[in-house]
Amino acid sequence: MSINRRQFLKIAGISTIVGLGGTTTIKALWRDELEASQVSPSPEALVAKRWAMVVDVSKFKIDNDYKRVIDACHRIHNVPDFGNPKDEVKWIWTDTFSHAFPGQEHEYMEGGIKHKPFMILCNHCDNPPCVRVCPTKATFKREDGIVMMDFHRCIGCRFCMAACPFGARSFNWRDPRPFIKEENKEFPTRTIGVVEKCNFCYERLAKGLIPACVEACKDNKALVFGDLKDPNSEVRKILSSCYTIRRKSELGTQPSVFYVIGGSNNA
Amino acid sequence: MLEKALTGSRRYWIWVFSLLVMSGIGFIFYLKQLSYGLGITGMSRDVSWGFYIGQFTLLVGVAASAVIVVLPYYLHNYKQFGRITVLGEFLAVASVTMCLLFIFVDLGQPFRILNVLLYPTPNSVMFWDAVVLSGYLLLNIVIGWTVLGAERKASPPPDWLKPLIYLSIAWAPSIHIVTAFLYSGLPGRHFWLTAIMAVRFLASAFASGPALIIILCLIVRGFTKFDPGREAIQTLGKIITYTMILNVLFLGFELFTAFYSNIPGHMHTFQYLHAGLEGYGKLVPMMWISNILAVVSLVLLINPATRKNERTLSMASASIFISLWIDKGFGLVVGGFIPNPLEKITEYWPTMPETLITLGVWAIGFLILTILYKVAVSVKEEIA
Repeated sequence: MSINRRQFLKIAGISTIVGLGGTTTIKALWRDELEASQVSPSPEALVAKRWAMVVDVSKFKIDNDYKRVIDACHRIHNVPDFGNPKDEVKWIWTDTFSHAFPGQEHEYMEGGIKHKPFMILCNHCDNPPCVRVCPTKATFKREDGIVMMDFHRCIGCRFCMAACPFGARSFNWRDPRPFIKEENKEFPTRTIGVVEKCNFCYERLAKGLIPACVEACKDNKALVFGDLKDPNSEVRKILSSCYTIRRKSELGTQPSVFYVIGGSNNA
Repeated sequence: MLEKALTGSRRYWIWVFSLLVMSGIGFIFYLKQLSYGLGITGMSRDVSWGFYIGQFTLLVGVAASAVIVVLPYYLHNYKQFGRITVLGEFLAVASVTMCLLFIFVDLGQPFRILNVLLYPTPNSVMFWDAVVLSGYLLLNIVIGWTVLGAERKASPPPDWLKPLIYLSIAWAPSIHIVTAFLYSGLPGRHFWLTAIMAVRFLASAFASGPALIIILCLIVRGFTKFDPGREAIQTLGKIITYTMILNVLFLGFELFTAFYSNIPGHMHTFQYLHAGLEGYGKLVPMMWISNILAVVSLVLLINPATRKNERTLSMASASIFISLWIDKGFGLVVGGFIPNPLEKITEYWPTMPETLITLGVWAIGFLILTILYKVAVSVKEEIA
């Protein structure tokens, strides 16, 4: 049976549409197989079932304790410094108790806690709203709980920024590269128009290293990193011996960053 | 039929040319935004959606409101709307196009927009919004064009169109409901986290959209030989009276929940928008203009004498449109980000390039609307 030109074009057109969009769509709807990144771990990599962090607030004593942590993170991740709040990009920073834990403060609170800066960062939630809303899976949760960003897939819609209840995400409002003081060639720089945030140093974990911020607190153990699912891990020991709080736990996102507020000799 | 848009009076060409110039200016500034980044706008880390998404939100409503003229005609056989259904459908085409353009200009990486289709993500409301918006655009182009073509040949629309028309009636509210879900499902944004967001959206859409259709009908009547009909306009007047009352009521419900419950997070944005908070109050004057215009429109609409007078009816319609443009195109989106999740205040105001890009998109929308209306009106003049 021969076909004429018109029929041929019809069939070609329809099969192109089906071929381009159809099968991918059906496959992706069927099962979640289009993860933006699939990493096979190297033998020396640090692995966990569920990564988590404990911040022992009392161990941050002087300004330099905070600065060290922030600098370590921002330096190795090529976080630009624009010097103005409008374009600001930040992965880990400090704020007071009332801003880090809105609604938890009260006027009779102990002065030391009230005015003390708290280290805040992405909470790598168990139930991350940013992942739920992302229309391209550019932000996704790994099996070990790390909430990741794929800078190459992000379309810059900033829905994740609206969804994050912790203000943990930054957007590259302009080209960040001229504002990186000293570029670390081991980690990618970003382009304009993509969202970025703390990634729990997944790239260091893959090489067997602990996160840079945790390493910067090695001497005073103000930040502790470990496997939440391992009962013998350091984080679990702290969680079982100290009273800890999480940011906005009422929202049900299940943050993986825990704060020890009081006891200096507990952790 | 498109050739009818190529002939017109001097006034028509001046109007078309001005719109082209405006969209051209917008495009030049968009190129600048492409190279510099969205930092060219007034948005920041704390207020990460602004003017663009505000316009998108408002125009989704205008697009959805076409159903207000389509539904009574097709489902209830309300003949008076027969003359204007195509005006409603073509307004939907122009507004959905503007919606898609506003999303496009708001993207940090616009050339990756196909990622939404290449990696479909059913858990993201934005994926569904893209699906319903593009579906609605297609439906309205096909329906509007086919009905007009049939009308020109003085024959009834083809049978295959009926199911599409019924589908479009069900589809219209969905575009605005899904858009409301973009906001109302987010934890930690008290101002948006409300189940009546979707009905509030529908009420405001079914007020602002038909208000715009009334204005457009009066313009069409003033400039062409086609008369959309006094009764159709009066019916739209009654519809916007009720929908605007509902819209104001819903806002009242939100205020009650926020202030009677006395929960700080729920009160903050209302305080910021209408009274100022911690010394910040950039949007307060705008929001009061919106409130006052809402009251003015209700007074003009509820009073039968002023509603029946087309001059005062057009004033009421303009008041509604401006009031809801401020409320939804500005206050709702920007307000949702203030205060930020850490309860700090960063204010927002659109920059000059951002405003010109916005005007450019509106100009493109009006250009599409002008061309479609020119075709529709020419056909109607021809068969009259």
